[in-house]
Amino acid sequence: MKRKTFIQNTASAGILTGIGGLGLLSSSFKIPAKHITILHTNDVHSHIEPFPADDAKYPNLGGISRRYTLIENIRKENPNTLLLDAGDIFQGTPFFNFYGGEIEFKLMSKLKYDAATLGNHDFDNGIDGFNAQLPHADFSFISSNYDFSNTVLDGKVKDYQVFTKDGMKIGVFGLGIELDGLVSKKNYKETQYLNPVEITQEMTKKLKQEEKCDLVICLSHLGYKYDSDKIDDLKLASKTKDIDLIIGGHTHTFLPKPTVTKNVEGNKVLVNQTGWAGINLGRIDFYLDEENNISADGVAIEV
Amino acid sequence: MKKIAFFLSVCSIIFFQSCKEHPLAVSKIEGKEIKVTDSIASNKELDEFIAPYANHIEEEMSATLAYAPKALAKSDAKYNTAIGNMEADAVMEMLQPIFVSRIKDSIDGVLLNYGGIRSTINQGNVTTKTGYNIMPFENEAVVVRLSAETMQELFNYLAENQTAHPIAGMQLILNKDGSINKATIQGQRLNKGNTYYIATNDYLQQGGDHMDFLAKTDTIINMDYKLRNLFIDYFKKKDTIAPVRDERFIKLEK
Repeated sequence: MKRKTFIQNTASAGILTGIGGLGLLSSSFKIPAKHITILHTNDVHSHIEPFPADDAKYPNLGGISRRYTLIENIRKENPNTLLLDAGDIFQGTPFFNFYGGEIEFKLMSKLKYDAATLGNHDFDNGIDGFNAQLPHADFSFISSNYDFSNTVLDGKVKDYQVFTKDGMKIGVFGLGIELDGLVSKKNYKETQYLNPVEITQEMTKKLKQEEKCDLVICLSHLGYKYDSDKIDDLKLASKTKDIDLIIGGHTHTFLPKPTVTKNVEGNKVLVNQTGWAGINLGRIDFYLDEENNISADGVAIEV
Repeated sequence: MKKIAFFLSVCSIIFFQSCKEHPLAVSKIEGKEIKVTDSIASNKELDEFIAPYANHIEEEMSATLAYAPKALAKSDAKYNTAIGNMEADAVMEMLQPIFVSRIKDSIDGVLLNYGGIRSTINQGNVTTKTGYNIMPFENEAVVVRLSAETMQELFNYLAENQTAHPIAGMQLILNKDGSINKATIQGQRLNKGNTYYIATNDYLQQGGDHMDFLAKTDTIINMDYKLRNLFIDYFKKKDTIAPVRDERFIKLEK
């Protein structure tokens, strides 16, 4: 809103109603509701082409070229769209073995991905192998709990990023799984794994209180759910606050619909994961409105 | 007029502050999964970008490297299998010359894992793709030096598991009750004070399949050779892939 126009338009109202006009002012200049679309993938594992027609499990499913068409159609419908990936871009088809991830990054750039986090398999050609492919990625890598300061990735991976869509600030941070025991030390080198819960508390404080984000999204490669004490997306959601959406990966979990769970303050958090191999595209639509227009029982979630 | 302007600026400050204090908040969320099916048209430009890479991969993958007169599966037999023997023998044959030239010593035995045989080899042409099928992972060959005591743990592990983990350079014969009848490496019983070089892969060396004894070593030599590439190179070297089941790991019937 342009301040000058505002003063001109309200001049008469201000003169006529005096102090009483204040109430009128705030209600008659309602900011229109906003609509932000989040699209996401995880564990695509170099599945560039669709599964073959004779595949036992996923015949004719997936394929990045079809995903492109799908995403472009959604962007036409709502330009205020973010496209995110929760890691394990690499490894799974000869495209990776032959070209080391170059094709994956180039195609994701063509699809105009906004950001991705790192999965354990993204270290499969070593941290140097990942670094070598980075120039092919026209999108950000975000990881908040891997400390890369003593590695070649120092300064190349963001702790978090704030995207602005239709005036709305969307804060994205990333969490990776513990590498020790999962990835050879030779591959992850001096990468330090930091406690995801502690890092999340830091990140949500930064994004919600300092950056004043309207939405906070966690891109996680921790995994959806473990019966053990191992940290997972559901545990993370319940132990933290101020996250609106956790986009998960690693466990290749096919969810019939996004999971609605509660955070430490009892507020709703969405956790979603789309299986793997680009078989599905996840879509979450956020509608934002003035707080006094929101029903007393909280956010309406339709999943 | 001055007064009005002042009043308006107060108004606008209040307005903008109230705007800041009452930002937009999420009122509704919709979530769904969209299946990427063949009803969605592919994009011509992307297809054209992908095609040359895909064609090159296809050409390379379908290149015939050798011939398998009959199909080989890890479920063919117990204790030792033709396909497992081929894998362990291939590791021994392909690594030995590299090891000898680098370390000036020789590999005594090979241990892989049954679970690591990821596919059967079909009867017919053996291609690069066969290599990818039997070994889709990036694991590399490593050689560890083990004491005689640790070697004994290796034999005990095999005896307890009674699984056809691929081995080479070693022989293990179990009695009917599962106890060890005979355990040799390079034809000799274990000799206290000796050390033995065992080739395996980095996954197993680092505790995969609980082969914890492979970590009890003072020397780990990374061979910088992916097992998949090793198998592919082995196929290239051979005309025919016709391994057999033998007596390297057996259990006596009586």
